[in-house]
Amino acid sequence: MSNRLVNILVPVISVILGLLVGAIVMLVSGYDPVAGYAALWNGIFGDAYAIGETIRQITPYLLAGLSVAFAFRTGLFNIGVEGQLLVGWFAASYVGIAFDLPMYIHLPFAIIAAALAGAAWGFIPGLLKAKLQVHEVIVTIMMNYIALHTTNALIKVVSDGGDNTGTINASASLKSAFFESITDYSRLHYGIFIALAMVLLMWFILEKTTTGYELKAVGFNKHASEYAGMNVNKNIILSMVISGAFAGLAGAMEALGTFQYANVKGGFTGIGFDGIAVALLGANSPLGVIFGAVLFGSLKYGALNMPNEAGIPVEIVSIVIAIIIFFVACGYVIRYFLEKANKKKEAK
Amino acid sequence: MDYIIEMLGIRKEFGTFVANDNITLQLKKGEIHALLGENGAGKSTLMNVLFGLYQPEAGEIKVKGKTVKVTDPNVANDLGIGMVHQHFMLVENFTVTENIILGNELTKAGIVNIKDAAKKIQKLSEMYGLNVDPNAKIEDISVGMQQRVEILKTLYRGADILIFDEPTASLTPQEINELIQIMKRLIQEGKSIILITHKLKEIMDVSDRVTVIRKGEGIGTVVTAETNPNELASLMVGRQVEFKTVKSEANPTDDTLVIKDLVVTDYRGIDKVKGLNLTVRKGEILGIAGIDGNGQSELIEAITGLRKSKSGSVTINGINVTNKKPRKITESGVGHIPQDRHKHGLVLDFSIGHNIALQTYYQDPISKNGIMNYSKVSELAQKIINDFDVRTQGEHTPARALSGGNQQKAIIGREVIRDPELLIAALPTRGLDVGAIEFIHQRLIEQRDNGKAVLLLSFELDEVMNVSDRIAVIYDGQIIDTLLPKETSEQELGLLMAGQKVNSNISTQGETTHVE
Repeated sequence: MSNRLVNILVPVISVILGLLVGAIVMLVSGYDPVAGYAALWNGIFGDAYAIGETIRQITPYLLAGLSVAFAFRTGLFNIGVEGQLLVGWFAASYVGIAFDLPMYIHLPFAIIAAALAGAAWGFIPGLLKAKLQVHEVIVTIMMNYIALHTTNALIKVVSDGGDNTGTINASASLKSAFFESITDYSRLHYGIFIALAMVLLMWFILEKTTTGYELKAVGFNKHASEYAGMNVNKNIILSMVISGAFAGLAGAMEALGTFQYANVKGGFTGIGFDGIAVALLGANSPLGVIFGAVLFGSLKYGALNMPNEAGIPVEIVSIVIAIIIFFVACGYVIRYFLEKANKKKEAK
Repeated sequence: MDYIIEMLGIRKEFGTFVANDNITLQLKKGEIHALLGENGAGKSTLMNVLFGLYQPEAGEIKVKGKTVKVTDPNVANDLGIGMVHQHFMLVENFTVTENIILGNELTKAGIVNIKDAAKKIQKLSEMYGLNVDPNAKIEDISVGMQQRVEILKTLYRGADILIFDEPTASLTPQEINELIQIMKRLIQEGKSIILITHKLKEIMDVSDRVTVIRKGEGIGTVVTAETNPNELASLMVGRQVEFKTVKSEANPTDDTLVIKDLVVTDYRGIDKVKGLNLTVRKGEILGIAGIDGNGQSELIEAITGLRKSKSGSVTINGINVTNKKPRKITESGVGHIPQDRHKHGLVLDFSIGHNIALQTYYQDPISKNGIMNYSKVSELAQKIINDFDVRTQGEHTPARALSGGNQQKAIIGREVIRDPELLIAALPTRGLDVGAIEFIHQRLIEQRDNGKAVLLLSFELDEVMNVSDRIAVIYDGQIIDTLLPKETSEQELGLLMAGQKVNSNISTQGETTHVE
């Protein structure tokens, strides 16, 4: 078995195993797994609307996954994607509402504002890590709470005590009449192109630039990097800033694309935390993040259809989805068995 | 039965690569049996087979005459085989006792019985003359002591057969002597020892018989008393080896590196370099001899910019580089082969090619306007791999996968190819075999012959004596004497290294010599 075949087989077998165990859970709970999975399938690919909504759901996952993966590649664990996303969401909404500019200025302005807000939110833990050796995990977790309640308060200020900023100006919107027309008025927006461009950008930074070379070197071995004359602290901060900017862009997708506003939230969106899983599923590589985001986005969105169409309770659906992802994450176990089987064959 | 362990016709493959081929090793009870081979010859693989970490493709293992299958290290433990690893596996902030009983705790009603364990360890320690304090913390004791803790660990678990993997790699000459005594004591008490090493001197000093392997193949077993270092070396590498490094007279000219009254503190803020003066000239190799811990590391780190100095100055070709950033110093013409190649020398998870760009990645032509030109990296990597005989499957192989000698050759290639005015080589041959050592020494001499200055730091007296044109002895953070190799002896150097200034001040060659 060639390496390539193993690389393709592993995720396929993982997904099949996950589906099987998920089916057992549904059976044991007294529901029809065939109907359940049919509903899941329809929820993802059933019609043009479903496909549009699925891709819409994938968009922020792509950016959140990139954010986590980028930090990982440079040896940092950014759990603060959620907070960086929230400040990006608010910044994009605010710019979208407060200004009245031609679209070619307004839209980039709103997007960049979101990236900058996320970058600023990533800069703080980066600075603390570089200068004072405070662990970024602790700081980013706390920054999430600060982001949640600060943006809630700011939304109230902006809306004179309301819980919604109101809809952004059309000149800052990512809405796509074209996508609406071909997907039966789903909320699919042009943000998907931005997300894919960012995948390319991450690959370019890491694989083609001296900055990427430095970031990876620092991530692998701080001491050798210092010995080679690199500025380790600068690279730690830079890594968190870029990671935060990706997360901020994920917020912009929600603000300018899906929702067209920012609203007061009772809790986290979860996209930032799911971004950790997306990045890990994709082995922190740009291409892998696409795979992770597609899997996560599809399952998350398609699952919404399972209670409606197959009458399976939301709780069971959550378990089934979690099991599928669990098996994909355990891919290395399957790889291990594949390689073992491989060896036996060769020995004969 | 004559033999306590027999490994007969062992073959171990990794994919298409044959790591061990038809190797036979027979250990007699009560002997010290050396296993000799170059780096990457397959010594560790063979021992891992014996220790149950790998399963051999062919061959048989007998313990006390009975054929056994060592399926995992626990089986090896039960058979009385214990391993003293090269890299100690100790918990730094645990005591000696806690480390030794780890995984094998004596308990009384579910509570670990440290006291009885400590007594047992004390007894073992006395029995074998190890002189270890069971209640000392690992972080507080010397490397030599830590190794004894590893030895105690195997004894505590009832090992009769001890495997020592490169035990002297990190020891000072004194500690090596003590270790040899300990090994002899172990034999007296009825243990048997397999000693993995590529140091011929130790083999001659301590072993009874030697089994030689070369490129994975068993070459044969010889009785130590009937052989000599030359024969062993040629058996090991398959050709004649020069022990005396051949070199012409040095022609030193202008001063390159001038250090004046340098004071450097360690991480705790304690002075380690105490007003040191040193000069290295173009066209000479200056060797720094001394026992580890006398300020050598701090000195090198201060010269290369990795550590700030408290006072004093460092100039290179007349340019003051005191407390400048590492890159600034590198760019003023310094090449540095660091003491710890894994920590400072390489990014182990990078490919060997990427590592070769580590010092020049930001310069034309390796990169332009912040964009890497990886085909130029490839070119450079290929050149270094060829010119410096780096044995690797290719430039894309992770640095981690190379043997120590080849990692070191890659580092030396990277530093030498920039043609630095000053080459600092800190323990450049640590843990390497004679073939690689010979190669590296020649490269250092070549730099010197090209009119460059070379600063060599070494804990091995042989190396300092052989390679240097002048020897500076460091003791307690100062250079206490500077000598010419042909006018001194190992005895004199040994005394100086221990801080005993001899009256006959041989030659200082314009050096400001500091005497306490």
